[in-house]
Amino acid sequence: MTVVSNTGPLARYRMMRRIRSFEERVGELFLKGGSAGSMLHLSIGEEAVVGLTDAMRDGDSFTTHHRGHGVFLGRGADPNRMMAEIAGKQDGYCRGKGGSMHIADRALGHLGANAIVGGGISHVIGAGLTYRNRGTGQISVAFFGDGAMSQGILYESMNMAALWQLPVIFCCINNQYGMGTRVDRSAGSRDFPARAAAFGLNAARADGAEVETVHDTARAMVSAAREGRPGFLEIDAYRFFGHARMDKSPYRTPEEEAEGRQRDPLARARARLLAEGAAEAAELDRIDAAAGTEMDGALDHALAAPAPALSTMFQDVYAPGTPAPRPQADRLRAVLAEEARA
Amino acid sequence: MTETTYREAIRQALIDGMEADADVILMGEEVGLYGGAYGVTKGLIDMFGASRVIDTPISEPAIIGAAIGAAMTGLRPVAELMYVDFAGMAMDQIANQAAKSRYMFGGQIGVPMVLRTQGGTGRSAAAQHSQSLEAWMLHTPGLRLVMPGTVNDAYHLLRQALRQPDPVVVIEHKGLYTMKGQLDVATPDGAWGQPVTRRTGRDLVILTYSRMLHESLAAADRLAQAGVEAEVIDLRCLNPLDEAPLIEAVRRTGRAMVVTEAAVTGSVASDIAARLGESCFDWLEEPVLRLGGEDIPIPVSPALEKGSIPSADLVHDTALWLVTRKAPPWAA
Ligand SMILES: Cc1ncc(C[n+]2csc(CCOP(=O)(O)OP(=O)(O)O)c2C)c(N)n1
Ligand SMILES: [Mg+2]
Repeated sequence: MTVVSNTGPLARYRMMRRIRSFEERVGELFLKGGSAGSMLHLSIGEEAVVGLTDAMRDGDSFTTHHRGHGVFLGRGADPNRMMAEIAGKQDGYCRGKGGSMHIADRALGHLGANAIVGGGISHVIGAGLTYRNRGTGQISVAFFGDGAMSQGILYESMNMAALWQLPVIFCCINNQYGMGTRVDRSAGSRDFPARAAAFGLNAARADGAEVETVHDTARAMVSAAREGRPGFLEIDAYRFFGHARMDKSPYRTPEEEAEGRQRDPLARARARLLAEGAAEAAELDRIDAAAGTEMDGALDHALAAPAPALSTMFQDVYAPGTPAPRPQADRLRAVLAEEARA
Repeated sequence: MTETTYREAIRQALIDGMEADADVILMGEEVGLYGGAYGVTKGLIDMFGASRVIDTPISEPAIIGAAIGAAMTGLRPVAELMYVDFAGMAMDQIANQAAKSRYMFGGQIGVPMVLRTQGGTGRSAAAQHSQSLEAWMLHTPGLRLVMPGTVNDAYHLLRQALRQPDPVVVIEHKGLYTMKGQLDVATPDGAWGQPVTRRTGRDLVILTYSRMLHESLAAADRLAQAGVEAEVIDLRCLNPLDEAPLIEAVRRTGRAMVVTEAAVTGSVASDIAARLGESCFDWLEEPVLRLGGEDIPIPVSPALEKGSIPSADLVHDTALWLVTRKAPPWAA
């Protein structure tokens, strides 16, 4: 599969719109009772991450946190298979085993979404070693939230990246909250790039309301990373909705939310495209409508898709062709069946 | 005696514990302003202030480590791990630090802290938010371990934990928080370390704990309709655990089954079964059976998740098989 990169402002707008439409359908899937559980973390408000995903290229790999739908779509995910996975269905990306928080696709370089805060960050160090040792020119990017800025493994990983000059980027999507904790209640110093710089990384912060600003910064950082200068990019954004589907954000005021939603990367991109004459309103409307239709299709697909067969639960604990876990029923039979007693 | 929920009982135990002892503090992610990921600590920050109900950054090793230091120097911390799965982040502090300090330091430095956490399946929370990891704790000498399955135990085991001189891990079940039951703050179901017989019976003993207590009791009701009387023992305190009542019951009935939600291999159930095998060998009519979760990570798909852990039906069918030697249809 080919993932285009550096596609241009209009294509980035389209991708951001697709992400938003997708996430809105994830919300619908939940309301319709079709999702596997309620631990669904929407990335609405964080779509400017496309500025970085679009600066990556075919073959680059990445890991994400639990709020990773947008990142994965940005790297070329098939919405049908994503939505099916979120519904816990057989033809989802992970055969209904992982769900929203554990989506992965080796073919597209997605080494895995993680439900452990900070859990996937160190994997890019290993990927960076692979690419360095093999001289492939690939990079690996870890996407995580501001909450992971409190996890020790991030600092262990940043040190290794700088020490070994690895082709990696740490991307902190700062949406101002970790669950109900605003970042000023979790960080003694909020200057995250300064922390990364102290480890020797090429560190920057970009305004997450402006995808083109993110893209400009990301492009330079990606080039440097390919040359063995690891980077750290903070994307300054706002989490538009609650932490997961059950969270109504009682810990923040409607005024704060209204202000945060003013920093809407999608609305800003649209306004900019129109102001610069790069697109007509009608064209953008068509893009919006097409994204809606596409994601309606993904929702319908996920709802209609078959659930995995019960027997699949034993698959993929270990590699095919090696001993699989013994189903409990087999053990009970071996202990209790009349023949077993004879 | 009042009717309340498992969640509310834990909350009440924290309140009463904090009122009884000014050194008790709570610390963990979202325990303060947010009121706990499952609402257990709602309002406590308003009652006791931010220096006793401490919201922490997402830093599990340091949360447990800080609690250890506080316990060493005189406070009585209740550290919360939002999910027992995150013990993976903090296991050094739990197993190498909290559990071993008293011993390594020749009895000088105890760690009287409580680690509150919750586990189990039922929410399609997937492989990293649904595990039953009590065996990790039981396998670590130096830790105490309790797993309440009733509303009264949710209160009393926590109150009792707050009086212990050593680190106690309390593992709640995420599927029980909304369960209603009777709370009698004056009367625990049993003493610290004592199993509790929740139902008596002559034909077999089902030993279990946490949410599986309820699947087992439901199975026992159905077994009674078939003329099989199952005794159901709630282990509740896994360490310390007085084995004498278990041994008495198993010798009396000659048949025993241990039921757990955890992946069965290497589980607490395996260990209990082994102990009963050792001490009841000559009295047993049948091997001590283990019934547990399949040996797989927890899948997100609701159907797979449900199918991977014991149900009341499975407990019923297996118990009947054990007693009557008639195989259930699914075993054919
Ligand atoms: C190790 C670990 N600790 C705690 C949690 C519970 N938890 C899940 S998401 C979250 C907040 C994460 O915030 P952030 O990293 O900023 O990501 P966001 O949800 O804002 O995208 C917490 C505390 C977890 N999943 N893993
Ligand atoms: Mg955040």
